Amino acid sequence: MKTVCLYFQVHQPLRLKTYRFFNMGKDHNYLDDFANRSIMQRVAAECYIPMNNLLLKLIRENEGAFKVTFSISGLAIEQFRSYTPEVLDSFRELAATGCVEFLAETYSHSLSSLISPEEFRCEVEEHVALMKEEFGYQPTAFRNTELVYSDQIGEMVADMGFKAMLAEGAKHVLGWKSPNFVYANSLNQKLRVLLRNYKLSDDIAFRFSNMGWGEWPLTADKYAGWIADENTSGEVINLFMDYETFGEHQKAESGIFGFVEALPAAMLRTGELKFATVTETAAENQPTGVLYCTHAMSWADEERDVTAWLGNELQNEAFGKLYDLREKVHALNNKDFNYVWNFMKASDHFYYMATKWFSDGDVHSYFNPYDSAYNAFINYMNVLSDFSNELQLALEAKGCEAPAACEAEVKEEVKVEVKAEAEAKPAPKKRTCKRKTTAAK
Amino acid sequence: MRVLMFGWEFPPHIAGGLGTACYGLTRGLARNGVEVIFVVPKAYGDEDQRFIRVVNASDVDAVYRSGEADSEIWKHVRFMEINSNMVPYISPEQWETERHRSERVGTQHHEGDVWRERYNFSGKYGANLLEEVARYAVVARQVAIELEGQFDVIHAHDWLTYYAGIAAKEVSGKPLVVHMHATEYDRSGENINTQTYAIERGGMEAADLVMAVSNLTRNIIINKYGIPAEKVITVHNAVRFAENNIEEERGVKDKIVTFLGRITFQKGPDYFVEAAAKVLKRTPNVRFVMAGSGDMMNHVIRRVARLGISDRFHFTGFLRGADVQKMFALSDVYVMPSVSEPFGISPLEAMRSNVPTIISKQSGVAEVLDYAVKVDYWDVDAMADAIYGLVTYPALGKLFARKGLEEVTGLKWNNAAAKIKAGYERVINENKK
Repeated sequence: MKTVCLYFQVHQPLRLKTYRFFNMGKDHNYLDDFANRSIMQRVAAECYIPMNNLLLKLIRENEGAFKVTFSISGLAIEQFRSYTPEVLDSFRELAATGCVEFLAETYSHSLSSLISPEEFRCEVEEHVALMKEEFGYQPTAFRNTELVYSDQIGEMVADMGFKAMLAEGAKHVLGWKSPNFVYANSLNQKLRVLLRNYKLSDDIAFRFSNMGWGEWPLTADKYAGWIADENTSGEVINLFMDYETFGEHQKAESGIFGFVEALPAAMLRTGELKFATVTETAAENQPTGVLYCTHAMSWADEERDVTAWLGNELQNEAFGKLYDLREKVHALNNKDFNYVWNFMKASDHFYYMATKWFSDGDVHSYFNPYDSAYNAFINYMNVLSDFSNELQLALEAKGCEAPAACEAEVKEEVKVEVKAEAEAKPAPKKRTCKRKTTAAK
Repeated sequence: MRVLMFGWEFPPHIAGGLGTACYGLTRGLARNGVEVIFVVPKAYGDEDQRFIRVVNASDVDAVYRSGEADSEIWKHVRFMEINSNMVPYISPEQWETERHRSERVGTQHHEGDVWRERYNFSGKYGANLLEEVARYAVVARQVAIELEGQFDVIHAHDWLTYYAGIAAKEVSGKPLVVHMHATEYDRSGENINTQTYAIERGGMEAADLVMAVSNLTRNIIINKYGIPAEKVITVHNAVRFAENNIEEERGVKDKIVTFLGRITFQKGPDYFVEAAAKVLKRTPNVRFVMAGSGDMMNHVIRRVARLGISDRFHFTGFLRGADVQKMFALSDVYVMPSVSEPFGISPLEAMRSNVPTIISKQSGVAEVLDYAVKVDYWDVDAMADAIYGLVTYPALGKLFARKGLEEVTGLKWNNAAAKIKAGYERVINENKK
C-alpha cells in the first residue's frame, strides 16, 4: 500500500507599482493596488473558488479517504481579506472537514532562512499565529518558501517543534536514492523530510495540457496506474505543486478540473493507494535513511538551487540591502512599517531580477510583471531606498538614534507578552520574536 | 544675405542638443538680418502626407516663442519639411531596428521607385540609412532647383545632410558651408564606422568652409580628417533658455548629484559610477541619479549593484521636457564626464538652473566656461574629490552656482551668429572671384 500525499501551495505576492526617483520622499504607497486586486480576483474566480468547491465535494464523497494539505502564505491571506474574503470562507469550510492539513511557512513567503535565523523564526511564528487566527489550526509540519531546504534549515525547523518538513526530491542531493520514502534530517533526526516526486508532480503542474507531450491526454486512470504500478517503487508518493496549477496555469479548458474530479476514485480503485496529509504521511512511515543536504536546494528551475532568487549581483545586492534594515524595523516595531517590511521580503521580487534565461526563461517570464530584470531591480531599490529613509526618520522621531538602544527598551515590554503566549500553546517551543502579529489591515 | 539651410529636428520634436542648437542659431541669424530657408527632414510626418510644407515660422511651437519682439525676427525665416525617417544620433545598424519600429506604429508606405519619384517624399523609405541619405540628397537637389535665385549660400548640419548640401551646391553653384556638431570619433571612439567617416570627410572636402562647435572638434577635423586648417573655423554654441525656472519640492534631504544624458560610451557613465562609489565611502548623505537611457544602461546597473551602492544610486530612465527641468531643479551638483563631447549644452542648462557643474576636459564646452570644475574624464579620483567638495562645502557650491549663472547668461547666440555671418561673407566673396 502506497501513500499519496497531495500538497498545494497558495501564494500571491503584493506587486509594486512603478515607483520613480521623483516619488521618493513624497509618496509612500508602494503597491500597485489595481494589479493586486485584479489578479487576486481573477485567480480566485478561475482557480481558488472552483478548486476549493471541487475538493470539498470530493472530500465529502469519499468520507475521509481523500485528504489534501495546504500552505497559504501570509501575504495571500492579507489579500484574501482585502479583495476576496469568500476565498477565505471557502478555506475555512475545507478546514472544518478535518481532512485538510495546513502547514506552517514563512509569513511573507520570504528567503529569510538563507540569511537570518532570527527573522526566519519570527516569520514562522507570525504565520503559525495567523493559521490559528484564521482557521483555528495549529500547524505541526512545515514547508519553507519555494521548498528551500538544507540541513541547517531543517535543524532550525525541528527546533521550533515541527515534526515534518517538505523538500524537493532533487537529483543532485538524492543521487541513486528514491524520493518515494520518508527521510530524516541529518542534524536532528527527529525531523522527517518528505521529498517531492518532481516527475509525477510536474506531469500535472507543467505537462498536463501540453499536446506535444507523448502522454497527452493524461487521464486519471492512466495517472493512477503509473503510481500504483509496481515499477514505481517506494512507500510514499509526494505530489507537491502550486495551487494555481488548477485553473490558472492549466486552464479549465484543458480538462484539469475533470481530471482532479476523477482522480481520488481512480487512485482508490487500484487498491494499492491511499491518501494522507503531510503530518500523517510522516508519522506513519519510518525514515529509511538520513538525507544529507549541505547546500540549500529548492523546487525551482533545472538546477533546483536558490539561483533563481540569489544568482546575480542585482539580486544579492537587493537582498543584502533589504536585510540590513531588519534591526531597525524590529526596533521601531510599527504596524505600518512591518506591513511594508513583510511584502518587501517576498521572494518574488528577487525572482523578477533573475537573468538566467536559458534553461527556465519561459517560466520566469510567465510570472514577471517587468520587461527586464534591470527594471525590476531599479524599481525595487527605489522603493527600498524610500522605505529605508522613512524608517530612519521614524526611528529618530521615536527618539532613539541607534537601533541597539531602542531594542533593549522594546524587549522589556514584549517579554511579558511572550511568556503569556508560550504558556498558552506548547509548540513552537522557542519564542524569540520581539514583534506582535503584523498589520492585519 | 539669404541662406538655404539643411537642418535637423526642430522643436518640439527634439532628441538632443542638435535641435536646440539649430534653433538658437537660426534665431540668432535672423536677428542679424540673415534670411533663412530652413529645410528639415520630418520623421513625424505621419499626420500630414503633403510633400513639402512651407511653414510660417511663427506657427512653430508656442513654448519656444517668447514675446512680441520675436515676430519681427521670424519674418526672415522660412521652413520646409521633408518627409524622411532620418533621425540624428543613429548608426546604420540602429537604423534597421528603428525603421521597423516606425513601420509597426503604422506610418504609411507606398510602393514605387524612389529614384524616379520626384517630390514624392511620402514614397517608400530607403532600405537602409545610407540609401535614405542619398534619397534625401535627390530631394534636396530638387529643392535647390525650385528655389533658384532665392539664396546665396548653403549651410548643412551634420553628416546626414552633407550629400544634400553637395547636391544643392552642384545645381546652384552657390558656396557650401558644413557644420560639424559631432564627429564619428566622438560617437564611436576609435572603432569608427568607415562609411559615416567617408561621408563626413567628403562633405568637408566639398565644402568651401567648415564650422566646428569647439576647438576640440576643430583639431579632430584637421588631424583625423585631413582638412586644411585655414578652411575650418570654430563657432562655439551658445544657449537659450525657457523663461522661467521650475521650482520643485524636494522629497529627500540628501544632496543630489546628477548625470543626465544618453547612457552610452561617449558620455562616460561608468566613470560617474566609480566616482559615486568613492564619494559614498566618505559621506553617506549623497544620492546619485543617472537620468537617461542607452546601450550601456544594463552594464551600469550591474556595476552599481556590484559596488553595493544601489540604495543611493538611482535610475530614472529617459526624461523628457518638464522632467528634465525638474531634475535640474532637484540637483545639487551636475556632472558631465563625457569621454568625448564636441560641445555639450547640458552643463549650461544645469548652470542656468543654479546648479554647480563638473565637466570633463574632453568637452568643447570646457573651452568657454570658467566657473565649472574641469577634470579628465578618466580621473575618477579628481571627479570624486570635486563632487565631495561641492556637496560638503556650501560656500564653494554657492560661488560656482552664482558665477556660473552669470557666465552662461553671457553666452549669446547673437554673437555666434555674427561669427557665422562673417563666415558666409567670406565664402560668398571667395566664390565671386
